[in-house]
Amino acid sequence: MSAVLDTHGHADHGYHPGGIMRWITTTNHKDIGTLYLWFSFIMFMVGGVMALVIRLELFSPGLQWVDPDFFNQMTTMHGLIMVFGAIMPAFVGFANWLIPMMIGAPDMAFARMNNWSFWILPFAAALLVISFFTPGGAPGVGWTMYAPLTVQMGMGMDLTIFAVHLLGMSSIMGSINIITTILNLRAPGMGLMRMPLFCWTWLITAYLLVATMPVLAGAVTMTLTDRHFGTTFFNAAGGGDPVLYQHIFWFFGHPEVYIIALPAFGVVSQVIPAFARKPLFGYASMVSATAGIAILSFIVWAHHMYTVGMPVAGQLFFMYATALIAVPTGVKVFNWVATMWKGSLSFETPMLFAVGFLFLFTLGGFTGLVLSLAAVDIQLHDTYYVVAHFHYVMAIGAVFAGYAGVYFWLPKWTGRMYDEALGKWHFWLSVIFINITFFVQHFAGLAGMPRRIPDYPMMFEVWNKISSVGAFGFGISQLLFLYIIVSAIRSGEKAPDKPWEGADSLEWTHLPTPAPRHSFHTPPVLK
Amino acid sequence: MAEAAHPAAERARDNRRVLTRLSVVAALMFGFGFALVPFYEKVCLALGVNSLVERSEQAANTQVDTSRSVTIELDANAHQLPWRFRPLTRHLSVHPGELVHVEYEIANVRSAAVTGHAVPSYGPALAGQYFRKLECFCFKPQTLAAGETRTMPVTFLIDPALPREVHTITLSYTFFEVAGLGGKS
Ligand code: HEM
Ligand SMILES: [Cu+2]
Repeated sequence: MSAVLDTHGHADHGYHPGGIMRWITTTNHKDIGTLYLWFSFIMFMVGGVMALVIRLELFSPGLQWVDPDFFNQMTTMHGLIMVFGAIMPAFVGFANWLIPMMIGAPDMAFARMNNWSFWILPFAAALLVISFFTPGGAPGVGWTMYAPLTVQMGMGMDLTIFAVHLLGMSSIMGSINIITTILNLRAPGMGLMRMPLFCWTWLITAYLLVATMPVLAGAVTMTLTDRHFGTTFFNAAGGGDPVLYQHIFWFFGHPEVYIIALPAFGVVSQVIPAFARKPLFGYASMVSATAGIAILSFIVWAHHMYTVGMPVAGQLFFMYATALIAVPTGVKVFNWVATMWKGSLSFETPMLFAVGFLFLFTLGGFTGLVLSLAAVDIQLHDTYYVVAHFHYVMAIGAVFAGYAGVYFWLPKWTGRMYDEALGKWHFWLSVIFINITFFVQHFAGLAGMPRRIPDYPMMFEVWNKISSVGAFGFGISQLLFLYIIVSAIRSGEKAPDKPWEGADSLEWTHLPTPAPRHSFHTPPVLK
Repeated sequence: MAEAAHPAAERARDNRRVLTRLSVVAALMFGFGFALVPFYEKVCLALGVNSLVERSEQAANTQVDTSRSVTIELDANAHQLPWRFRPLTRHLSVHPGELVHVEYEIANVRSAAVTGHAVPSYGPALAGQYFRKLECFCFKPQTLAAGETRTMPVTFLIDPALPREVHTITLSYTFFEVAGLGGKS
């Protein structure tokens, strides 16, 4: 083994404990990537069951299944778990698996820290679960954790605050690792502008995380001291201001939505060229559009707060800044479409999910543009129109990109092919049911149905029935995904070295399939 | 040094340098979150928004606009406080620019002194900036002895710049208990 490796914290050379200890002590980026991906899938199931509890209650007007307090706990935990437990770790899993291979590095820069970043997560998840069993239950404050309600909740709130601290620490450590790996460990000849776009989107995402997760940590810390140590940051009685909380939260919160979206963009930017058998159109403009989105994301936060009584000048500023983000996003969508233009396209499952992403993310982008208009948003704020909007971009956009990525790289990871016919079934069931779930919510919202309510007037009944049917259909379809993956791992056909003709990044061109446990001990030679 | 015999050691050092820098950024951003608190206050002060409990200066132009009148509705709440709190007038009609005096009655029904602070809010919210309070019990915390009942004034005028389409303004006060000032029993 080369001397290069042992000096950057690569502790597992010659030491391969078996069973569970292998996973607990591992510092191998591929193992850690696998851990992240399975963790996020489990969280996706947990958050999904919570969504189904919500949809079950909303199947008919009136209160039938759960009491309103528990309903609120379900929305809160569903949001927190999906955002911090399912989507973010999933893309960190992709980053761990892929970035070292894509840039020709032997592992992540800080292998031991990488292990810690992952193993913090189960503890955070456990805190969230324990909060259900405290007096008063889990907090029912919404995933945004707005004051002043958070100042009044029971001790479940404290556990949630600590969980957010842990999740933030994990993300920051993971991001530092990713940035250092990309900046310092690229193989000779792998210039920054030669990296696959996935690496670029993660580099920028990691910077966003380092800049914004600490702000969220600050916001929840203030909530904690308001609750227990007599400070009054947000407590009106002592001169605090709940609106201040919203400003701080959304200063984190808007970049956060790009933290979710950018890695999804990265995955799609690898998948579409591979199945169009053409290089990505406008690579340099893709990089600058990603950076542009990231920078703009810091000056639009108050579009979540049009109704708090901002001066008109403030509303206008945030409205124009928000609408401006449509420009770099439009550049991206244009480039994806242009990549497919006159390509020799084929539609295997990863490509189906990528194209599904393209359509549905763009639809969510359009409703976002509608909501960016202050005058319109004052009508639609906190209605189901918003729920539909952010599920199109986050729940459908990010999840579909994630599925595209899993199907795309599964052969590389496991050396096995999934069942293509079942994969297509998974796609079509998902795309149909998810649209049944969320498309009708636009209408419910336009007609005035508020979000976060367990009961509603009769007039919204039809839309809610349709939406609930879709949600259960979508939920059940995801069991098919689990089946496809497990049976591929167990008994899938052996994958060829390069199952996708058009794939051209290093993990496909310079490494065998499945990827060996240690890759690029000696950096690859790039022309 | 560039051609060092230990490229690996050098790389480890480079990695640590990036780690240190990014950790500093993260720490600074944690501080930035807290820095937003005074920053927010300054911005609100500079823009004149959110100044609900400050005394307004005597309006320079006290011309009374008799061409229209505005209905003022008064509302009072005590938030988890053992106080009976009510306006002595429920609603009244005023001309913009006219100096108006109203009174509220507060009764402490607990057998201990309690300190509370009232926070006003307005409906429609935009009317707040035209509501000039010259005297108000909300300017500072109020302490009521056990069983005490007190009548407290609010003196205000409506800025004649109030948009013409506003015909009714609701002024709603909520009293919050101030902890730590001998309020908690
Ligand atoms: C795919 C199946 C999903 C279904 C059926 C579903 C359904 C729902 C429902 C019914 C609500 C409550 C809306 C309200 O009352 O305001 C909700 C809220 C939410 N969902 Fe999902 N969801 C799904 C996936 C996701 C995913 C993947 C994410 C990931 C980012 C996500 C993020 C959120 C957030 C942030 C909220 C807001 C929570 C709050 O109001 O505090 N959802 N979802
Ligand atoms: Cu936003």
